[in-house]
Amino acid sequence: MRYLPKSDSERRQMLEACGVASPEELFSHLPEAVRLKRPLDLAAGISEYEIVDYFRRRAAENANGYASFLGAGVYHHFRPVLVDSVVSRGEFLTSYTPYQAEISQGTLTAIFEFQTMICQLTGMDVANASMYDGSTAVPEAVFMAVRSTGKGRVLIASSVHPEYREVLCTYARHQGMPVEEFGYLPEAGTIDLEDLDRKMDDLTAAVVVQSPNFFGIVDRLQAAAEIAHRRGALLIVVFTEAVSLGLLEPPADADIVAGELQSFAISPSYGGPFAGIIATQEKLVRQMPGRLVGQTTDSRGNRAFCLTLSTREQHIRREKATSNICTNQALIALMATVFMTVYGKQGLRELAQQNLAKAHYLAGRLKPRFSGRFFNEFVVRVESKSPEEINQALLKKKIIGGLPLGRFYPELADSMLLCATEMSCRADMDTVAEVLR
Amino acid sequence: MITKVRPHLSQNEALLFERSSPGKKAYQLPDLDVPALDAAEALGAENVRAEIPGFPEVSEVEAIRHFTRLSTWNYAIDHGMYPLGSCTMKYNPRINELVARIEGLAWAHPYQPEALAQGSMEVMARLEAALAEITGMDAVTLQPAAGAHGELTGILLIRALLEKRGHPRKKILIPDSAHGTNPATAAIAGYAVQNIASSASGVLDVSALARLVDRDVAALMVTNPNTLGVFEENIMQAAEILHAKGAMLYMDGANMNALVGIARPGDFGVDVLHLNLHKTFSTPHGGGGPGAGPVAVKKAFEPFLPVPRLKRSGKKWAFDYRRPRSIGRVRAFYGNFGVLVRALAYILAHGGPGLRNATVDAVLNAVYIRKQLEPYFDLPYASPNMHEVVFSDERQAKLGVRTGDLAKRLIDYGFHPYTVSFPLIVRGALMIEPTETEGKLELDQFIEAMISIAKEVEADPQLVKNAPYGTRTSRVDEVTAARKPVLRWKPG
Repeated sequence: MRYLPKSDSERRQMLEACGVASPEELFSHLPEAVRLKRPLDLAAGISEYEIVDYFRRRAAENANGYASFLGAGVYHHFRPVLVDSVVSRGEFLTSYTPYQAEISQGTLTAIFEFQTMICQLTGMDVANASMYDGSTAVPEAVFMAVRSTGKGRVLIASSVHPEYREVLCTYARHQGMPVEEFGYLPEAGTIDLEDLDRKMDDLTAAVVVQSPNFFGIVDRLQAAAEIAHRRGALLIVVFTEAVSLGLLEPPADADIVAGELQSFAISPSYGGPFAGIIATQEKLVRQMPGRLVGQTTDSRGNRAFCLTLSTREQHIRREKATSNICTNQALIALMATVFMTVYGKQGLRELAQQNLAKAHYLAGRLKPRFSGRFFNEFVVRVESKSPEEINQALLKKKIIGGLPLGRFYPELADSMLLCATEMSCRADMDTVAEVLR
Repeated sequence: MITKVRPHLSQNEALLFERSSPGKKAYQLPDLDVPALDAAEALGAENVRAEIPGFPEVSEVEAIRHFTRLSTWNYAIDHGMYPLGSCTMKYNPRINELVARIEGLAWAHPYQPEALAQGSMEVMARLEAALAEITGMDAVTLQPAAGAHGELTGILLIRALLEKRGHPRKKILIPDSAHGTNPATAAIAGYAVQNIASSASGVLDVSALARLVDRDVAALMVTNPNTLGVFEENIMQAAEILHAKGAMLYMDGANMNALVGIARPGDFGVDVLHLNLHKTFSTPHGGGGPGAGPVAVKKAFEPFLPVPRLKRSGKKWAFDYRRPRSIGRVRAFYGNFGVLVRALAYILAHGGPGLRNATVDAVLNAVYIRKQLEPYFDLPYASPNMHEVVFSDERQAKLGVRTGDLAKRLIDYGFHPYTVSFPLIVRGALMIEPTETEGKLELDQFIEAMISIAKEVEADPQLVKNAPYGTRTSRVDEVTAARKPVLRWKPG
């Protein structure tokens, strides 16, 4: 087999050196009853050609050649070519978590740059080396708030990504942590501040708000922060569309920012792998979960980087750790790092501006349901037909339409969430507008 | 003598922020085909930022050189053996990278219509079936994003089943040889942790287990083979003890590379286990992720698995969201699909018989290392080992040289260190896992290096204590890093 580098004669030499007569003898200490007495019921191994062929055929069963207006937490943005050139380098691809700093400075330096750029983007003081994804970053951020406030209740906006809310509920349920939702304004699509204020109490550890929210709308973070802080709770700001940060004010009112970087050159890949982030203020750093890279020097006095503050982590603290997480998403975070480098200060802004212009062009030809200001996604009410029927009609024109919202918001069963990015072309947007009208 | 490496030049490179200068670009966007928009007008002036202070500005050439230079400062499997115990650093086949990037798979949106995602769903279904066959379990969820995430999912499943049977119970038992994630996970799932001391032969102490298991115990979390690389010979007995009291057997599949095709957890009494696709199934570690931590369960747990579940609906795959007993979602969407593609490609490449051959070679390599190094390093447990072997630094420590020093010296010989100071039950552990993808030449060079270091300790302990010498970065001051944390760059 091509992944096994030994010849039969080398194998024999090694068995002999071990004083073992046959490969079977290596397992002779296993109790008879635990041993598998038959071959695994899996087909024999196949060649590279056959593997490529198998996956090409699977890919052909998916959507191919469609324009898409889906967003809802996963966005179609162009991936600069440099990204795959860099992450395909074996030195990055095939290395382990950088515990051995002397021979891991490449990964460590890149993560330090990543942490810095996430701080610059979010306006926070510190960012960790990345989380599994945005959805799991939310409960981790909530647990941070619980640890630092000593309180145990959570209020989350219903305009936070529905699947993120579901993940939070899974995590919270078994901690006996009450999670309550507050609503959005039916006209504006922004959070209902009165509802939030009504539901706030002194036992609330965190208020969780997404901006741009699930409907694409830039939400009222400052007002949410005031309400949260007045009662001693922290404000957690969530984002799913990282490109928006190229234009939008950073969420400076947040105590913790939990977000998803998929937009930064990470393929949609049917939902993962992605990279989440947690960024926060200096005072909360020791409550942070996940890996952190810090700057130091080596014994010759040169600048060097290493994993640090590991006394928060499971391999040291075991059951007293801040989280059970033991990895970040280093390679995916590296994709985002290369993306941020390629676009840079001007490019990210220009990219965000293009997204804004495209989405507003499409919205201009339709009637957005909400009056709130939006970035590259918006909700439209579908009048004569159902959103599903509209999407069927669009599929005939090789277009995947927006996300029908009924499955997450029964009150919005007549609506869909549309997203346009720099990859959406005018002709397709015109078609969508025609079919929708 | 150092045979594997000799010094070569490496480039210095400043941080991106230090080599930026205003106006440099590495991008070009297409011209807008729609009217441009005033951001302040569309978003409200108060919502629009002035700039992103400090964000990089470099050219394309500088960008590629930057990351290429950084990359040369890393050691990687592609350079050579990476004998980290319990990490299973095996070769990452490049075909896996290619197939994960096929457009129809890589650009599939998780919300595209199911009729236009049948290929992705088929990949997931096939992987679920293969993992169920390999582990001897009845059902698999692919949703967890990493090993620790799989552990949490698994413990929540146990909690859910016990809750339905009347009471979630209070405690999880964990051997003292376990990975740190195990107790951390139990705590997050709302359980108290009780440690069990290992027996004198380094395995689970069944009589201690029998004493500890009562109606408050939800489960035992065990790694098999354990972190000494030793198969838990009494595992079936342990399962019986637990099951008799209504408790569950959870297996951490970190060391599954020792068992594939040889023994199946489902056949030896395991109720729930997680796998690490980035270990056993060859998906790249990428400097610390992404991974994937599927969870395999026995039938009784199936109704509790995270939503959605794949189901066959006529000739098509569909997602089933109506599962009232599910523990809920543990992650948005369906898991780290791109990692799943790579793992399936690995399974297809090996096939059933091939996977077993890989296991045999993995164990042979570890036994071979043990045999060759036994005369030079203390072996705290004499039990037969499987895919990894754990020595202690007892002999070297007498001369003031600890496992961490030996590990750093190994770097000068051109190898990544083994796992240092773990498992905790061995004082000064050297935990070595070669995996099946090392050939005899590389193994012999590793053995030669270890023996040479053992001799250096005898002749000149200080030489080893100050290592490494050949790296561009010498020993790093981790104490100052933690005492005065500098976690981001700031303009000087």
